[in-house]
Amino acid sequence: MSDASIPLTIRLKAHGLDGVTLLVLPAALFLLALFIYPFSYGFILSFRPKDGSWLGNYSKFFSDPFLYETIKTTLVIALPVTVMNVLAAIPVAFRVRLMRHQRLITTILVLPITLGTVLVAEGMLNYFGPQGWFIRTLTLFGLGSASSIKLVHNYWGVFLSLVITGFPFTFLLTLSYVSGIDVALENAAATLGARAAARFRLIFLPLLAPGLAITFCLSFVQAYSVFPSAVLLGAPAGPTRVISIAAYEAAFEQYDYSLASAIAMIMGFTQLAVVMVVLMSRNLFYRGPAAGAKG
Amino acid sequence: MRAMTDIDANALPRRPVTLNAAFAKLWVITIWTLLIFFVINLFGIIGAVLTSSFATRWLRSWVPDGLTFKWYFSAWSEFQLGDVLITTFQVVGAVVLLSGLIGVPAAYAMARREFPFKKLVMLIFLLPLLVPPVTYGIPLATVLYQTGLGGSLAGVILANLVPTVPFVILVMIPFVEQIDPRIESAARVFGAGTFRLFVTVLVPLLMPGVLAALLLVLVRTIAMFELTFLTAGPTSQTLVVALYYAVFAAGVRAVQSIDAMAVIYMVLTMIWLVIALRFVNPTQIVTRGKQARG
Repeated sequence: MSDASIPLTIRLKAHGLDGVTLLVLPAALFLLALFIYPFSYGFILSFRPKDGSWLGNYSKFFSDPFLYETIKTTLVIALPVTVMNVLAAIPVAFRVRLMRHQRLITTILVLPITLGTVLVAEGMLNYFGPQGWFIRTLTLFGLGSASSIKLVHNYWGVFLSLVITGFPFTFLLTLSYVSGIDVALENAAATLGARAAARFRLIFLPLLAPGLAITFCLSFVQAYSVFPSAVLLGAPAGPTRVISIAAYEAAFEQYDYSLASAIAMIMGFTQLAVVMVVLMSRNLFYRGPAAGAKG
Repeated sequence: MRAMTDIDANALPRRPVTLNAAFAKLWVITIWTLLIFFVINLFGIIGAVLTSSFATRWLRSWVPDGLTFKWYFSAWSEFQLGDVLITTFQVVGAVVLLSGLIGVPAAYAMARREFPFKKLVMLIFLLPLLVPPVTYGIPLATVLYQTGLGGSLAGVILANLVPTVPFVILVMIPFVEQIDPRIESAARVFGAGTFRLFVTVLVPLLMPGVLAALLLVLVRTIAMFELTFLTAGPTSQTLVVALYYAVFAAGVRAVQSIDAMAVIYMVLTMIWLVIALRFVNPTQIVTRGKQARG
């Protein structure tokens, strides 16, 4: 049999294309149509503003303080929350890793994630409100009063809500990375006489760095796109006017889809920029297997 | 070698052992205190909603003046919860079914075949899980409104499928990989086509994985606020979006009424969460496609 007479189906099969491969098509086409296409469409639309000049939306965004300040506002909320959540998640994950009732803790912590930000916001309005249990307890212990401490409808309301939903998320991600590290490595270090602090610094931290970088990125991206809690628990007209509120207002209050797309693109690119910085600094650390080596 | 000497240098006890032990103990206590403080506040937040939904009047006291069930009835009629719940079930049902039908076969192909541009296809599946919904939701809503699907039930379902299809794919790939390919070869030898292979061999074997993936999709879709909010019209709101509007317009209705609705939402989510947790580990709810990436 010569090469030319081999049927097309067989030749395709040699490249991994057959009936089974076609099963990937519906999913791929669906995402092309509803994820890639809208994103590209939004990108092009953002260069077709109402006034006609192709950079009109972007120059409008970066010249209007009401718009460009939203980037700063969002960063001022998202960065401290993410850093705090990651820093708190590491020691807690290291404790919980050793626990027998690990599942109880993870189940409790998964609650705020599954309930979602809207429900947490409604609960926080009650609980952290001026007549809520939290302020009442503080007053009881003489640590403050309703007039001196305000925890909702300002920066702290959004901050706390991002801690309540964000910390469990960061923690569970960190825990899955921490449990992926072979215990034998730690035992070996302990046998050589390294104390807990030294074991953490010299064994765990280098192995954990790539996972922590990804955890930081995912947590940051979530915090940066905060929306419902910034409206419900913050002061959406001022101190917590985050970038997603600006995008939403452009789209659904001014019906300027072109400007809204531009803001969404700016939001995407700022997230990308921070993620790139984090992932690049990750290259400075050790990269390699976290499982134990033979021998 | 350098690391080795570092460890040795640190291993020498510089402080008396008792002091070291005291510091270690203090550290552990601090961590536990923080964690317990977090959990207490979390329960306080949930408990406040629950208590308020049964309160007759609760203004300036630790506990309400009295208990009543009436807010549930008023919430039911004020917020047309019957209609909202039907919409929610329609959306969630369709999303679960469709993401299974589209996602599971795709996961099978991704796990079993090497084909050109596979990395690119994988990237397309990963992106919707990494980019937050608000970021892609606005261009998506724009496209949906221009095709006339915006505001309709179909639009809400399509938008919700964008993160769930890749989620099912990434959860299912490791499940497919652990099935011995020789079982499939045996079925092929006996003359089964791809379709029969799927129905009689793969689906029964993959069932635990499919069930876990779809339960997670269910829980996530009930709680998916952003995409539904951006694409829903007045008649296609799910419960979480209706709850948002109620909280947003607080002051129009009694707080207890909103809280009663919040409790209904909470119960709905919890039932499915409890069922889901029988099949999956809680960490799987956040780790998304991590298993697939190794």
